Amino acid sequence: MNKSKPRHLQQLVDESIFIFREAVSEAERPVLLYSIGKDSSVLLNLALKAFAPGKPPFPLLHVDTTWKFKAMYAFRDDLAKRYEMDLIVHQNPYCLENNINPFDHGSARHTELWKTDGLIQALQQHKFDVAFGGARRDEERSRAKERVFSVRSPSQGWDPKQQRPELWNTYNNKLAQGQSIRVFPLSNWTELDIWQYIAIEEIDIVPLYFAAPRPVVDRDGLIIMVDDDRFRFLPDEKPEIRSVRFRTLGCYPLSGAIESNATSINDIIRELETGTTSERQGRVIDKDGIASMERKRQRGYF
Amino acid sequence: MSSSHNDSGISGLVSGSEDLGLLRFLTCGSVDDGKSTLIGRLLYDRKLVYDDVVDQLREESKRFGTQGDEIDFALLVDGLEAEREQGITIDVAYRYFSTDRRRFMVADTPGHEQYTRNMVTGASNADVALILVDASKGVRLQTRRHSFIVNLLDLEHVVLVVNKMDLVDYSQSRFNGIVDEYRLFADGIGLKSVTEIPVSALRSDNLTYRSTNMSWFDGPSLLEYLETVEVSNRSVLRPSRLPVQRVVRPDSEFRGYAGTIATGTIKVGDELIAAPRRDQFKVTSILTADGEVDEAEAGRAVTVTIDSEVDISRGDVLAKATELPQSSDRLQASIVWMSTSPMLPGRPYIIKMGHKVAVASFEAPRFVWNVTTLEHVAARTLELNSIGVCHIDLDTAVVFEPYVESKAMGSFIVIDRETLETVAAGMIQFGLRRSENIHWHTFEVNRDTRRELMGHDSGVVWMTGLSGAGKSTIANLLERRLASLGVHTYILDGDNVRQGLNKDLGFTDADRVENIRRVAEVAKLMADSGIVVIVSFISPFRAEREFARRIMPEGTFFEVHVDVSVAVAESRDPKGLYLKARAGKLPNFTGIDSPYEVPEFPEVRINAAESSPTESADIIVAALVEAGIVRAS
Repeated sequence: MNKSKPRHLQQLVDESIFIFREAVSEAERPVLLYSIGKDSSVLLNLALKAFAPGKPPFPLLHVDTTWKFKAMYAFRDDLAKRYEMDLIVHQNPYCLENNINPFDHGSARHTELWKTDGLIQALQQHKFDVAFGGARRDEERSRAKERVFSVRSPSQGWDPKQQRPELWNTYNNKLAQGQSIRVFPLSNWTELDIWQYIAIEEIDIVPLYFAAPRPVVDRDGLIIMVDDDRFRFLPDEKPEIRSVRFRTLGCYPLSGAIESNATSINDIIRELETGTTSERQGRVIDKDGIASMERKRQRGYF
Repeated sequence: MSSSHNDSGISGLVSGSEDLGLLRFLTCGSVDDGKSTLIGRLLYDRKLVYDDVVDQLREESKRFGTQGDEIDFALLVDGLEAEREQGITIDVAYRYFSTDRRRFMVADTPGHEQYTRNMVTGASNADVALILVDASKGVRLQTRRHSFIVNLLDLEHVVLVVNKMDLVDYSQSRFNGIVDEYRLFADGIGLKSVTEIPVSALRSDNLTYRSTNMSWFDGPSLLEYLETVEVSNRSVLRPSRLPVQRVVRPDSEFRGYAGTIATGTIKVGDELIAAPRRDQFKVTSILTADGEVDEAEAGRAVTVTIDSEVDISRGDVLAKATELPQSSDRLQASIVWMSTSPMLPGRPYIIKMGHKVAVASFEAPRFVWNVTTLEHVAARTLELNSIGVCHIDLDTAVVFEPYVESKAMGSFIVIDRETLETVAAGMIQFGLRRSENIHWHTFEVNRDTRRELMGHDSGVVWMTGLSGAGKSTIANLLERRLASLGVHTYILDGDNVRQGLNKDLGFTDADRVENIRRVAEVAKLMADSGIVVIVSFISPFRAEREFARRIMPEGTFFEVHVDVSVAVAESRDPKGLYLKARAGKLPNFTGIDSPYEVPEFPEVRINAAESSPTESADIIVAALVEAGIVRAS
């Protein structure tokens, strides 16, 4: 453990721990939404610290689409075992039955059914009243106004005009019948903070974040990895092996890679500091319109 | 995304420079003073915006922009779709950036007066405020209002950013004129530490680099200022306070208390108490995110263990035995009202102070501020965006410090009990020592003695329902039935209360709340004297009935809902009131243009359309018998 963290990181860590503790203090059934990405890894690390020497008083929930990278599933199962956390995996039964996938149904429909609807099903089924998420305000413009404690209506919708003001660090976590709260302990972290923290704390992350030779194809300006034999090639399309890595991870047919030779966290940080494109640039689902993210979140997307 | 080349690797800071941590600042100013442009430009100039975001920005500038074919930097900051289309900033948006020297968090808040609450929210989480002024327009009403709020929230530093200097030919005398005018005002409200910087956000003058267009100015550029301003950790020097956020008991072995240190430092071996109680104990260990430490200071999230088994709960405050904090159940505070429903004096609200939750009622404001003229104005309530000073009564004593001494221990939020929304923010000025001056005498003749004398227990039968539901008829029959059983009774109703005790009150929502509060207090005293009090009031609001219930001893309050539809009540209309109300001659008439909130869990619900008044009275007597208040014969 490296104790000489930059001061701003220590301030962010203390703030996140405060948020975790405050949220569970008045919650009946909290849960941590675990997405296997780097932010989730940091979120879990902070949860473990917030409740030490005990265990975090909540399970992990992974809303699965069956289309994540193979390496992500392996990482997830290993991690839950290592930290002895309860892991709930939810797959939308409608999607399983109808074989919903990004190739036949498109990225928007695929994401809405598997992730948005799947999440709502899981939260309602288990009656979770507080759900921790790893979203950061610097990810996208409409997130910049999301609260740390974000109240959702019984239908899980988000109304940006009806948000509770958040004063000082006094959070109003009172809930009316059927309401729930999404809590974002990483609200004030940036992508660079996340990587610096991962480096200092030596946090394990999915190997896909590091560059390696991988089979990929070019599609609509994105580099897509061929992760299994469900991949649908276009006529004349052939995978080629290139040195790539991912800045964000999701469903493999929807996650754009970047060409990179960064094989260590310090390489990644250097690449970020001199880089010229944003993290979400590699996400297919953000390209559905200028304010697409805001609309998704009004529906209940995380 | 740090700005440029950085040889210090993961620290994000130039090696050797002091680590100043995170700076939280707020931008405020009038509508067109260019706040969003300033922030957007700052990010762009420092190459803190990625290329794909700039491409998106170019495309949007053509659609929504106000700068012709140029990039409209404000669009980088204005997040929500509605705002981009209307060209205004509605909410508080948070932005993040870092330079080689510091990490920044910016709260961008709206300028319009109707968004005062958003600005207060942004200011509550900032160390420094940038107040923008348009050089061509000078100090305006909004500038004064924002400065007042920044001072009220006690921000450590203020920067007067005189923007759009390009529009006044970078005139030094124009700048000096604005500075002089502002200083006069700032001194008047007691604003400390003001720095003035002339800039042009659009042309990037004095933003990141000192501008050659204003060589007469020898101060720092805005970014230089922000990179170097010292946020003295005032809270570390204050007495030690650790509000208990959570009692940690993972197994039978470990018992600790988790929280974030509000002020001062905590060391292993310190002699502490858990206010408001006075039992002393010693700190045996301190756990932080970085493992066990011997000492931790303000801002750190810790879990401490102690050497004895004291009863400590969430909301208590650990403090040094030599530096006892104050506590009181009556406070004077500045209140910023944030809800469209005005504050109702006397109505119970929830307040949350740190981790302590209490029920509070406000007195009518002592005054509200006219925040542009700074005059004190008389008011009976607080409306959306108004700022006033009130006395507050709490149902329990809270540990606190004045806001100017400790933001963490002197601030609170107010939550509506029905909607559970945050309706106000409060800053404590001082405690009013009612609890130490007025003692409730413990009389030797008590409730038990009176029960013996009377031959029955006492209580309150609270009849609520629409006008014309039959409350008075049932009350009179009930009183006769009880008298025949030898029970001492009294009826409180509109006829005997409105004409005397409450003749100063009208029928506005605020007056109705006060009316019921007084009736509830009188009923409580009369019940305490040993009789059964029958209250017969429309009492339309759930919160006031809950107040009446809460001040009575458990099991002695009987809420009776005399339930009838508006249609039935209106068809009876014994006093011709509905007719008048429909004709618009009786404003705020319950059921017509004022709401009736149906009781959720009354002890007795009477269907007045089906049960006769005599049957109804019998149902109530049966309930009193069952509860053991009176005997059946």
